[in-house]
Amino acid sequence: MLSLKNLGKRFGGVVAVDRVSLDVAAGEVHALIGPNGAGKTTLIHQISGSLDSDSGEMHFFDKDITRMRPHDRVRAGLARSYQITSIFRRFSVLDNLALAVQARSGSSFSFWKPVAAETALFDEARAIALQVGLSERVGSTAATLAHGEQRALEVGLALATQPKLVLLDEPMAGMGPEESKRMIELIKRIRAQVTVLLVEHDMDAVFRLADRISVMVNGRLIATDRPEKIRTNEEVRRAYLGDELAA
Amino acid sequence: MNKVLTTGIVLGVAIVFPLVMHVLDQAFYISFATRILIYAMAAASLNLVLGYGGMVSFGHAAFFGAGAYMVGILAFEGVTSLWLSWPTAIAVAALAALAIGAISLRTRGVYFIMITLAFAQMMYYVFVSMKAYGGDDGLSLASRSTGLGVSLSNDFVWYYLVLVLLIIIHYFLHRLLGSRFGRVIEAIRENETRATAIGYPVYRYKLLCFVISGAIAGLAGALIANQTSYVGPALLHWVQSGTLMIMVILGGVGRFWGGPVGAVVLLALEELFSGSSLLGPYSLHWQLPVGVILLAVVLLAPQGIAGAFAKKSR
Repeated sequence: MLSLKNLGKRFGGVVAVDRVSLDVAAGEVHALIGPNGAGKTTLIHQISGSLDSDSGEMHFFDKDITRMRPHDRVRAGLARSYQITSIFRRFSVLDNLALAVQARSGSSFSFWKPVAAETALFDEARAIALQVGLSERVGSTAATLAHGEQRALEVGLALATQPKLVLLDEPMAGMGPEESKRMIELIKRIRAQVTVLLVEHDMDAVFRLADRISVMVNGRLIATDRPEKIRTNEEVRRAYLGDELAA
Repeated sequence: MNKVLTTGIVLGVAIVFPLVMHVLDQAFYISFATRILIYAMAAASLNLVLGYGGMVSFGHAAFFGAGAYMVGILAFEGVTSLWLSWPTAIAVAALAALAIGAISLRTRGVYFIMITLAFAQMMYYVFVSMKAYGGDDGLSLASRSTGLGVSLSNDFVWYYLVLVLLIIIHYFLHRLLGSRFGRVIEAIRENETRATAIGYPVYRYKLLCFVISGAIAGLAGALIANQTSYVGPALLHWVQSGTLMIMVILGGVGRFWGGPVGAVVLLALEELFSGSSLLGPYSLHWQLPVGVILLAVVLLAPQGIAGAFAKKSR
């Protein structure tokens, strides 16, 4: 579904992403792991289009999206969440989600009709709130939500665009065990409808969720395989997992 | 209900004001109030981009002045019908906003402030150098625009015409801000990155918002040219942009009534302190007390006067 070929990105003399080739298959949860500074988030930025790539190409389904603008990629079905929560803080949860629904349902170059009268938008936003576990909080201002709830809204915003592939950049960042558990449940629920490319440091979550895992070290992909194979892969152990999995 | 009541009272006051002044034999204040209404419109146009769109335009005088000059130049060339000159003023201001916005909106933050300021100052010097249209001295209009069948030189007629236009503009803004487009504009102000990431072509929305704002400022400019029967480069000077910005900040950035409230308060303060009746010879330094009050408002009511009121009534 998503296919990267020799994708590269450098910042000055630093090669952040080094000829990465990766295929994400429809329906899978594909995890991308690696130590800090490996280039995972840079790669996510390239896929979502917020960073231009220096070399290589990207295909989404059969379309070349290497030079496609970020908002057009969203329309093509490629949405993302952010490692650092990025929501509309002064809007209510419902308005946050309704905005994302509005983005793909009809033109928003409409200047006269009150949006408040468009019940379909808000019905759908409520359905997404339910899906991400925020039904009770739809009326709250986003800034007042607890950290875990904001992370859920972050994922909800991506889902509200009805993506075919969603890029989740460390959805469990900064979460306690209880919140992490809820996020894992959420990702398990959404995988029925949407393919997931998941960047995550929580190895427990990664091994519970992923169908396949790609390991990135120093800008390069050193392995892509099923979780049990990754667990026993010598190179991966040396480069990254080490003691974390010995236990 | 409260909102409707407030709106009703404000409208009522605006409607009876000239009659009261007429009875009190204070005709000057009718003309003064008209000036306030015109500035209210200009400030509201700035508030649309600054308060709702998050675009800190420091060059709004360019559109205000362009609108005014179109009326002045057309009158100079013998075209006095408002059916021709006012739409021209709006269109030229919108075009200027399109050109300036298309370039400026590629920048952010301080750069955006500076580049809009620079463009406005460029336009200022263009009009200063247009000797055919008065250059530094500007142009005097022989009379106010024609075309309505009544003479706009009558202060009553003029006041109510401006009031009706201001109401129409505010109703338009009210609809705009409640529409899909308005929601997107505010979302972009809140978080541009996120707005892009849910699929909005952010640049297009901002540019259109900028153009709408410029067009409204152009109409306000057309009105100010008629108000004073004079257009001069001072209308495009950066001080004018600053005045509009002060009005918005005083009234309330991103508050629906921010523009009008700011225009009323700033012009009333200016009138109060610059007349010799209150401060005598010190009235030459009227900016000082106005500045102190502005400081106080910014410190005590960071959401502006309209913002402070909205909080109280809650």
